[in-house]
Amino acid sequence: MVDKILKKLYVFMIFLFLYAPIIILIVFSFNNSKSRGTWDGFTLRWYVELFQDRQVLKAFYNTILIAISSSIISTIIGTFAAIGIHYMPGFSKKIVLNLNYLPVLNPDIVTAVSLMTLYRMLKIEFGLLTMLLSHITFCVPYVILSILPKLKQMNKHLPEAAMDLGATPMYALWKVVLPEIMPGIITGALMAFTLSIDDFVISFFNTGHGVSNLSITIFSMARRGINPVINALSTLMFGTMMILLLIINKRTDKTVKERG
Amino acid sequence: MKLRRFTLPYILWLIVFIVIPLLLVVLYAFTISDNHDILSFKFNLDNLKRFFSSPVYIQVLLRSIKLAFISTLICLIIGYPIAYIISRESPKKRNTMILMFVIPMWMNFLLRTYAWLTILGRNGIINIFISKLGFEALNFLYNDNAVLLGMVYNFLPFMVLPIFSVLSKIEMNLIEAAEDLGADKTITFIKVIFPLSLSGVMTGTSMVFIPAVSTFIISSLLGGNKSSLIGNLIEQQFMYTGDWHFGSVMSIILMVFILISIAVTSKFDKQKEGEGGGLW
Repeated sequence: MVDKILKKLYVFMIFLFLYAPIIILIVFSFNNSKSRGTWDGFTLRWYVELFQDRQVLKAFYNTILIAISSSIISTIIGTFAAIGIHYMPGFSKKIVLNLNYLPVLNPDIVTAVSLMTLYRMLKIEFGLLTMLLSHITFCVPYVILSILPKLKQMNKHLPEAAMDLGATPMYALWKVVLPEIMPGIITGALMAFTLSIDDFVISFFNTGHGVSNLSITIFSMARRGINPVINALSTLMFGTMMILLLIINKRTDKTVKERG
Repeated sequence: MKLRRFTLPYILWLIVFIVIPLLLVVLYAFTISDNHDILSFKFNLDNLKRFFSSPVYIQVLLRSIKLAFISTLICLIIGYPIAYIISRESPKKRNTMILMFVIPMWMNFLLRTYAWLTILGRNGIINIFISKLGFEALNFLYNDNAVLLGMVYNFLPFMVLPIFSVLSKIEMNLIEAAEDLGADKTITFIKVIFPLSLSGVMTGTSMVFIPAVSTFIISSLLGGNKSSLIGNLIEQQFMYTGDWHFGSVMSIILMVFILISIAVTSKFDKQKEGEGGGLW
């Protein structure tokens, strides 16, 4: 009995710890006072100001633009790469896989400064392009790692069978391999999107003058105090994700029920 | 099979964006120059000597390792039980609880870390509560404990998720067998469950330790000026001081330290598991 209460309390404390900052952020996005810490009545003022704040809107636009384009590009590169890696002979497969693990295991900051030295060497101007290239670089490994297990589950002779029956390699790939590994591709794409949208370190080192995303804007605001407009925007983004999640859950529940 | 050729574009990408940049950092670490023209780089070990002969830098490195180690340990201690509890729930409840560990990551982590200032600050929520009770306000922020809290807060899910995924795959038969053979709950845990979950613990440990040892945001948001970590030093050299050669020395030291610790843990893991992935 006491055990059960203790267990419940412990679970509650952990989730309180995880969600306390989020609740604070959402509550304070409706706070009439600009200073954090003091509650001064309910307002929707920050939500109105958000749509007039060009700096924050621009940062939001950059974040979404980079997240969408880097996740699409890294999903395409990663899908092809994963299929190729799957059919590689043992030794070269091992080398490519280990290189692929480097950005996953290396600290963000090391990947970030190494890319920074590359762009400096090549004299590429820092800005949206360098940010995009960097995001693709750290997203592709995760896409590959989420597709490879699906390829392993697939019958190895499936594409060969299709080609024996007259399919061109591209047709076999499109009609046979891709549908088999689709869940892995979707997981990989979602992962790339999430990693990109939440990234700070890689973007911070690889952006140019005047180009910033949400994380960089928040970081530069942190010293003088964060504008509550940011809280309002984050609340909206968080709400959108939650609604999407509920819709997806409902739909899967339905399909499960329909299938019996 | 021609399918293996599909990797070619990515191999090129790996060479240009992973291999060459890392080699450039190594090159920067062992040279000096006045500008960033690669032709004017001169071989020089002064920056390396500068790092190892200065007690200040060594201290910062050691503090980073110490804080990362402690936060990893805390994550393990508070994360293992919750992973275990979740793995014993019904599938439906289990999925919901795991999702609840992922959902916070949808809000920008800088902002979430920053929100702790509102909770712990001098006029923060906890202090308001404390002063209402008649006690004096406490100083929570801008010290190593605040940095530790930030690390545990940000990286706890990285410990819980891998441990959970290993625990949830352990077959109930094994546990029942141990109990049938007379083991009590504690012995079953020590002799059966924990050893089987070790690979998850290893993954979780490195997933927490690596970002913790290299962070510079948590320390600059919650730690104040006195708590700088190796990540802060690297950031300073690349973004403000402009001495990329010295910054590269520190990046290389950090990277080598981490790759060695991964190699050690994965060896340990392999001995226990009898199977394993690649080199790392």
